[in-house]
Amino acid sequence: MTNDEIAKAVVEIITDIVPDEDCSNLDPAAPLRDQLDLDSMDFLDIVMELRKRYGVEVPENDYPKLATLDSCVDYLAPKLAGVAAE
Amino acid sequence: MRSSERIVITGIGLTAPNGDDPAAFRRSLLAGRSGIEPWHIRYFGETIAGVCHFDPLKYQKRKEVRVGTRAGSVAVYCANEALRDAGVAWSGTDRSRVGVYLGITEHGNVETESEIHEIRQYDYDLRFWSHYHNPRTVANNPAGEVTLNLGITGPHYTLGGACAAGNLGVIQGFQQLVLGEVDLALAGGVSESIRTFGIFAGFQSQGALAAHPDPARASRPFDTARNGIVVAEGGCVFVLERLEAARRRGAPIYAEIAGFASNSDAADMVLPNAERQKECMELAIARAGLEPADIHLVSTHATGTPAGDIQECEAVRRLFGPECRRTYVNNTKSMIGHAMGAAGALELAGNLPSLQDRTVHPTINVDNLDPECELRNLVINHPQTVDGVDVILNNSFGMIGINSVLIVKRTES
Repeated sequence: MTNDEIAKAVVEIITDIVPDEDCSNLDPAAPLRDQLDLDSMDFLDIVMELRKRYGVEVPENDYPKLATLDSCVDYLAPKLAGVAAE
Repeated sequence: MRSSERIVITGIGLTAPNGDDPAAFRRSLLAGRSGIEPWHIRYFGETIAGVCHFDPLKYQKRKEVRVGTRAGSVAVYCANEALRDAGVAWSGTDRSRVGVYLGITEHGNVETESEIHEIRQYDYDLRFWSHYHNPRTVANNPAGEVTLNLGITGPHYTLGGACAAGNLGVIQGFQQLVLGEVDLALAGGVSESIRTFGIFAGFQSQGALAAHPDPARASRPFDTARNGIVVAEGGCVFVLERLEAARRRGAPIYAEIAGFASNSDAADMVLPNAERQKECMELAIARAGLEPADIHLVSTHATGTPAGDIQECEAVRRLFGPECRRTYVNNTKSMIGHAMGAAGALELAGNLPSLQDRTVHPTINVDNLDPECELRNLVINHPQTVDGVDVILNNSFGMIGINSVLIVKRTES
């Protein structure tokens, strides 16, 4: 997956998790939790959906690396290098 | 009864298979309109059920619906509708003095079955088991979702009482108001049971699941051709307040809680017991300071099982003798199916208007009345206008031998 595809995939997951929020204009450098009503259970949903949709495992120690859209892309890029976009 | 013990119903919120508000529900019941429809559920396949069609998004955000349970959505809808109906000025209400007490037949089956179904697609790998499983399946979930939605900080819990639970929620609300624990109670019962295949399969294995080519004809208490239960979902929440508080704020008063009782058969896992049912009704009537002849409407629990209906009819027949000329008898499940934990509260709500309109809604689908279910003044197939309804007795019975009876009366000035 390209970086753009990864960013798009993460936004799709977040849109499903917080369907009442507008996820169309997220600042990729700002923390997601500052821009969206995301609680800790929602965050676990992101981890679960990455596992279900892309087979990616995110260990608990790495959760802080999913703080912003940019950091998600940086963290997930090597893990999703050989994965085709959905 | 001391004035602090006079508790009244000032609001009703409900969803039933044939109506999503009290007026629509009542219209359906008077018209003999069934809410039973074809239903498909995984593993079990094609069947029939009472399905509710309220819009959960009327009071919940999409995320609340996503992370919560169906029983929670039913409860949130009913609680909001009840508060609106009661005209409660919610922004000025001390929410630490509001309690939520909801009867449930069961809770957690739907969510557990869904999770097992989900992980089955991942070869039962528990890494795919949802972190929402526990908050969804804790027994207080439906009542707790109401507190989250409405910002209620008073007590909340459910009352697990099999199919006697709807009455138990109201009884609990009454008791907590009398004890001074709360100033306003949201009390009733909810059910999401049509979404668990286990309920259908269990009744099927027990030989107690109704079947009929026409879904609307399948639930037929008291008819010779009855062959079991039609499972339904639904909910009904009442706003309960002390009479003086209700009068102070000029609230609409539907009825006053006059008496109640609950007892146990101590006899059989599933078979009902006419003698204990009769004792339960007797105790409730005595507590209300009434005689059987003072009861003008008996809302029966009868579910359409061959044995259960006979037991209840026997109990009613023994208690309400020839002197009870003004005592009428009806049933609601013929039109909505068995709404499980919601049944008692919903069936009471459907009959409450008779205190004003003097009309008893019928039980439908009685083509050939079972001689063993014959009762004086049984209202079948067509509504009946009567001299007056001042007092309603509402029966709700459940498995393991649990009986609950609730009596309400027209409020005296």
